[in-house]
This record gives sequence, structure tokens and C-alpha cells, in this order.
Amino acid sequence: MALDNIMKVNLKVWRQAGPKEKGEFVTYNDVETTPDTSFLETLDILNETLVEKGEEPIVFDHDCREGICGMCSLFINGHPHGPATGATTCQLYMRRFKDGETITVEPWRSAAFPVIKDLMVNRNAFDQIQQAGGYVSFNCGGAQDANAIPISKLDADEAMDSATCIGCGACVAACKNGSAMLFVSAKVSQFALLPQGRVEAVQRVKAMVAKMDELGFGNCTNTRACEAECPKKISISNIARMNREFLCAKFKD
Amino acid sequence: MAEINSRIPEGPVAEKWTNYKAHQKLVNPANKRKLDVIVVGTGLAGASAASTLAEMGFHVLNFCIQDSPRRAHSIAAQGGINAAKNYQNDGDSVYRLFYDTVKGGDYRAREANVYRLAEVSANIIDQCVAQGVPFARDYGGLLANRSFGGAQVSRTFYAKGQTGQQLLLGAYSSLNRQIKAGKVDSYNRYEMHDIVMVDGRARGIIAKNLVTGKFERFSAHAVVLATGGYGNTYFLSTNAMGCNCSAAIAAYRKGAYMANPSYVQIHPTCIPVHGDKQSKLTLMSESLRNDGRIWVPKDIEDAKKLQRGEIKGSDIPEEKRDYYLERRYPAFGNLVPRDVASRAAKERCDHGFGVNNTGLAVFLDFSEAINRLGIDVVRQRYGNLFDMYEEITDVNPGEFANEINGVKYYNPMMIFPAIHYTMGGLWVDYELQTSVPGLFAIGECNFSDHGANRLGASALMQGLADGYFVLPYTIQNYLSDQKIWPKVSTDVKEFDEVEKSCKADMDKLMNIKGKRSVDSIHKELGHIMWEYVGMGRTKESLETALKKLKDLRKEFETNLFVPGTVEEPMNIELDKAFHLRDFITMGELIARDALSRNESCGGHFREEYQTEEGEAKRDDENYFYVGCWNYQGDDTKEPELIKEPLTYEAIKVQTRNYKS
Repeated sequence: MALDNIMKVNLKVWRQAGPKEKGEFVTYNDVETTPDTSFLETLDILNETLVEKGEEPIVFDHDCREGICGMCSLFINGHPHGPATGATTCQLYMRRFKDGETITVEPWRSAAFPVIKDLMVNRNAFDQIQQAGGYVSFNCGGAQDANAIPISKLDADEAMDSATCIGCGACVAACKNGSAMLFVSAKVSQFALLPQGRVEAVQRVKAMVAKMDELGFGNCTNTRACEAECPKKISISNIARMNREFLCAKFKD
Repeated sequence: MAEINSRIPEGPVAEKWTNYKAHQKLVNPANKRKLDVIVVGTGLAGASAASTLAEMGFHVLNFCIQDSPRRAHSIAAQGGINAAKNYQNDGDSVYRLFYDTVKGGDYRAREANVYRLAEVSANIIDQCVAQGVPFARDYGGLLANRSFGGAQVSRTFYAKGQTGQQLLLGAYSSLNRQIKAGKVDSYNRYEMHDIVMVDGRARGIIAKNLVTGKFERFSAHAVVLATGGYGNTYFLSTNAMGCNCSAAIAAYRKGAYMANPSYVQIHPTCIPVHGDKQSKLTLMSESLRNDGRIWVPKDIEDAKKLQRGEIKGSDIPEEKRDYYLERRYPAFGNLVPRDVASRAAKERCDHGFGVNNTGLAVFLDFSEAINRLGIDVVRQRYGNLFDMYEEITDVNPGEFANEINGVKYYNPMMIFPAIHYTMGGLWVDYELQTSVPGLFAIGECNFSDHGANRLGASALMQGLADGYFVLPYTIQNYLSDQKIWPKVSTDVKEFDEVEKSCKADMDKLMNIKGKRSVDSIHKELGHIMWEYVGMGRTKESLETALKKLKDLRKEFETNLFVPGTVEEPMNIELDKAFHLRDFITMGELIARDALSRNESCGGHFREEYQTEEGEAKRDDENYFYVGCWNYQGDDTKEPELIKEPLTYEAIKVQTRNYKS
């Protein structure tokens, strides 16, 4: 690595020992990195120096480091997944920041996502919403031939766009109401667009919305912050579709 | 010597699975409810097995180390899933998929398993479509296909460049349905540390609750491991950061054989290493080789200029490019299997033709495809991969760069081989049971279907085949006599002892109190593995590796430093240290197996054993077997090698040929 490529940043990081503990910002100055290093690798570098000093490393969620598992989170300089659009935190590279810049790093802030430690939060609520109805009720083994029902390419592509959601929670973190509508509507839309999902569409939308409300997520006021911050560019037209599905379902009650 | 019985059913290869199903023992519905099965892992194999077993009526305990089952690393698979549907009318069949897989695996896979895999492949696609997986479709509304390496037909189904994600979310949705129904108990952020044996059978596990840092006990009538591969032994790989082999090594220490550990897949199309702080390597899907052409300069001077940064790839015109895969393998061209493509890239770079500042990269170029199809069509196929590449490297591969003699050239990608997948793994019999009674292994965690090299788009196929269609049948043959067993209490001495030893292991790691961090030792391990047990191995390099690994183990045991305390919540360094201890053991197994196999086959390339043209040279007379390593009570003792002879009935064993 060439020396002239080295850059230094100050990381102002939220540290919190446990769910019930009081948290605070701790600033780590002059963390050495390079423009071609990823943001999470820069956190690795900082952690390595903390461990060398005998201090506890910063806990943060991360896994695939290629933008698909949805594990990484982080509110960086006021944006979920940082300043890049259409990218997760693990796909954020230091060339996005200036040499000497102070970067503020916080966990997702939402009542539905309590902090576990430092920057790691509990997103179990998302699993619970999926468990409420995010599936086709169908047992393995009895499927007909995959080509038995043709599906228009447009519908299949649109369902795919909705299904691209990685369940990271950026939409909730971005929303001033802490709403999970983008996340829920993406799954509702995927199934609503496909014949396999239509069969249970009415029960599904009601069950998922009810679970979402029960878990304390806020409502949607169309600020579109979720769409702007979504690392997978999930469209808020999904929310419109879910509202339509929900109204139709309610009329049938 | 310990015995080995692969329990392959009688009859011709095409009828074995049908015969097996017709005669296996089943468990009646009332008894299924009384039987518990532990499934460790929620990737394609784990999630599909857990949901299917629950649908059948068993009670399942399902564990994952991530915060949600949806995050398992199967999610990162990009390109697609193979199935013998023959929807494209291009001559595909169960036999052809079977044949391609056996040949792709360089004739080191178990024939009967591979045939079964090809047989159930079509059911997987039906199952996934019924779940609502949005596969790519043609305008007529039917499913679309593309080609992958090692095949001359289009049998790969895909969902953009996110096929693994969509298949995993499909399995996750089925799993969610069973969680809601109370048939699956889901334990997230739990890591299995050891297996509990009662009366010679696997009857439970000790798992660490990663949030509280405390060990917990779980009992069941059978234990299934779906914990993935051991690629992270090499530190840098395309695996996720959390991928580890500790569950598999725990099984190995309990007497489960580790089979063919030297068969490690090095994927040809990854983004090259950029610096010493890098944490992982990113794969660029094999599907790119459908339209991308791989090349280096013909002229060594051009390569030197590229290495010094004086010119760019787009400055080199068509006639001065060496499309070396098309040149060497005219019949398969850029779509040769991964091991062949990786070695060919290494061969060019070893000769000084590498194209980046480290000399360790080749070009993957879309100019011809963009000129033929237009950028819109190319972006529709690979747009998300282009974006991913640009985000990491700051270069847009679809961007117009230069025009020479009326030919338009676009920025090429730079790629280099990287550790990606491990064909070796826990030895299993035809029923996917390891050599430990009651302990099963599925997906990448086992060794069975890919031989010495896995074909692209076959990992998803195998994971889902094992989980949806194979294990749910075969496990019943084992469980049928378990129904008389009452639930095992976790308050018995067997659980006490194993939990105590898990705690002692953690204390041991904590009390070393040396100077080095986990990552610094892991990087050193990775360096040894890549340098001496990587793409080109020799007797000398492997002996050097074993010596260095012995020293490294000593360094680990005497100079490791882990901050914090044992039972504190989220001691992430301690968890990493636990993984590293087992990666070192795995590294020795890989090197030992590679040293014992005096031949080249698939992903295992011994430089002493190659043809004049530089192709892998097998020795079927002496090495036509599965190498199974049997633990001898201590990590530092040399394990015993047990051989499972391979017998081929349907396929004639011959030299792999992708040239004509």
C-alpha cells in the first residue's frame, strides 16, 4: 500500500455496554485507513488497535460484506448505511469521506430495535412480521411443474424488485415515525404480484399489518425518507400497493 | 482400522433412489410429533431441512449465529441454480446433469449421490416457484435459463444476480410458517460449541447464547449440521465474516470423519486483493462468463505497462489481446469449470502477464457483448454486478473508454481467483449420516456430491436437494427406531460433562494472556494456507505448511490475547478465538490430505502431477477413493486415513477434456 494513499479520520462512535446501560459517544482520533478500504474495514482497524491496548472492541453487526445479507446497519453521519445511495454500510468505501473528517456512527434508533451492545440492535421484530404471514402456505413435495402457470415477465420482474429487500431496517431507522411500511409492503407486494401468492393475499396483508402495528412501528406519512435511504432502492409504490391490498381486504370483512 | 460403510442401495444407479424410498423405514404421524430434531444452520440446506421436517410433523430446534435465519451466507450466491428440466429443448436430461457433475468433479464424487442429486433437481425448481420465488422469465411467461461453466446446455435458473437470496428467502418463508405454527423453535444468535453423545448416539448440543455469553443445553433424537464450509481457514475468501468450521470440527472430534478436506474451490472471478487491511474478497458471479471474455495482453511489454499504470486495458486493441481460455479450450471457451479457469489465470500471471499493480489480475471484458447486444441488454443481465464492482473499485465496467480502428472498447473488470467453496467436508453415507450415529451433515458441510470440483450453480442445487428432498426421507430410516426413546433430559451427566469442557475451553483461550490479536494470527494462517496449500501445491510446499502450522498453533496457544471476560455478553474477540482454534486444525487437515493425495484432481492441483499441457493428471489406480480422516483424541496427533473406495457403474472414468 502506497504511503501517499493513507488518510486519517476521527470516528465518533456510540458505545453502550448493554440494553439497559446508559450509552455515550466516544471519539477515536486519527484512525489510519485508505480510500480503497471499506468503512467496516476501517472499524476493524480501529478495533484491532483497541484490542492491542487491552480495551474492548466496538460491537457491530456485519457478515457477508457484499451488500446482500442485511446484517450490517449503522447510522453514519445522519444517514442509515452512510452517505452512498443504493449501498449498504459494508459497501461504503472511505473514498466517500475527506481526510481528517469526523464521522459520527450510531446504531439504528427505533423503539422497535433496542440496542444490544454498542452499535448492535435487536431486529427480531422483522422476523415476527414475516412469521405473521410472509409465506405461501404450501408443503414441500406437492408442487406442480414450475412452468404450469405462466407469469408475465413484467409481473415477475416487479415481484423480483420487491423481493430484493434485504431486511436491514434502514427504512425504519430513516423514518421519523419509525415506520416499517416499506419493509412490510415489499413482502406483501412480491406475493400480491404472483399467482402463487394471490390465494392468501387477503389474510396475509391483514396479518402482517396487524403484527407490524402490535410491535410498535409507526405509521407512514409519505415523507419518502425510507425510499431515499433504502440500500436496495425499494420503491414506495410498494406501500401504495399494500394500502390498496389492505383496504380491499378490509372491505371483505 | 475403523470401518466405513457408505450404505449405497442395490440396483442400477438410475433406480437406487426409487428403490431406497420404496423400502426405507418411515415414522408414523403420531410418532413424528414425539421426535425432536436439532438443525444447526439456516442456510439453504438448514432452512429447507428444518421447514420440511416440521411440515412432516417432527418438532425442530433450529439454530443460527446471525440475528435472523434470513442472513445465512447462502444469501450471497449470485448466479443461479441448476436443474435438469430441459425447458430450453437443448438436450438436457437427468443423465446429462449427472454426467456433467461427475465429470466436473473430476471423477472423485460418489456416483449414487450425484445421480440422486440430478434426479431431484427438477423438483427443487417446482418447489421454489410454488413458494413464490420470482425467477427470471421470458416474455411468454415461462422460466428463463442461462449457461454456467462445465455445461453445454442452458439449465441454470436465476433471479437477477441474486438467486441465492431469493432461494434462501423462499426457504426462510417456509421456515417462518413453521415457526408460527409452533413446529420449529428458532434460536437466533446462538452458536453450537459441542455435540452431546448419549449411549453412543448424538442426542443434543451445547450452544452458546451469543447475546448473554452463557452456554445452554438442548437435547433431541437426532442432530443435523448444516453449518457450511471451511473457506475462511484461508482468512481471505468470498465467505461471510461469520462463516466458520467449528461445528464441523466439533463433530470431527466426536468421531465424524472429515472427508477430502484438500478439495477447496478457488473461484476464478473475484475482485483482486487491494491491501493488507482487507477483510474479505468479493465474488463476481460466474454468470458474467456467459458474455464476458477473459484476457491478458499477448505482448509482455503491454502487461508491464499495465502493471506500472502507464496504459489501461481499453488502450489494447483486439488483435493484441490473448483470450487464453478460448485459445486453450475451444469447446468450452470462457465457460470451462472453475478450477480450470483459475489455474489458467494463475499460469498467465506466473508468466508475468498480470494486468494490475500487483501482477495478480486478469481482465474480464464486456466490449464484445456491449457492441453486439447494446449496453441496455448487458446491464439488464448484469447491472447489479456492475454496480457492485464500481462501488468497490471506482471503475464502471460498462462505461465507454476508447475507440481503436472503429472498434469500441469499454472498461474491463479486473478479476483474480479466490477461495470460494469447499467440496470436502464431513463424511456422510448415502443417507447423509456421518460416522457418528444420529449425526447428519447436509449442504456444503458434507463432502458428498461435488467430487474434487463443484460446477457453478450446483451449490444451491445441492443445499436444497439435501434439505427439501433427501434428508427428510433418509433421517426417518434412522428415527424409526428412536420413537421408543423418551425425550433425553438435559440434566444428565453427559450434558454436564460436555458443558463443563466447553467452559474449560473458553477459560483456556481467555487465560493465555499473550500479546497477539485473533486477527493477526488468523491472517498469518491465511497467508500460510494461500502460499503453500493454495492453487499450486507440491510435496515440499505442503511439508513446509505443516511445519509452519505446527508453529502457528504453538503461537496461538501461548501468545493469544483476548480482552474482556469469559461470560460477558458479546465478547466478540473470544468467539473469533474459538473459531480460529478450529481453523488451525482444519488447515492441518487440508494440508495433510493434500500431501497424502499424490495426484492432481479438480481443485487439488499438485504441480508434480500435470500433463505436458499443464492439465491436472489424476492417478485412478492409486487414488480412486474418498480420503476420510479419523480423529485420534488430540488435535496435535496425526489422524488416521481411512479410504472409501469409489465404484463407478454408469460412467466410464476418463480424462476430463474441455478442449474438444
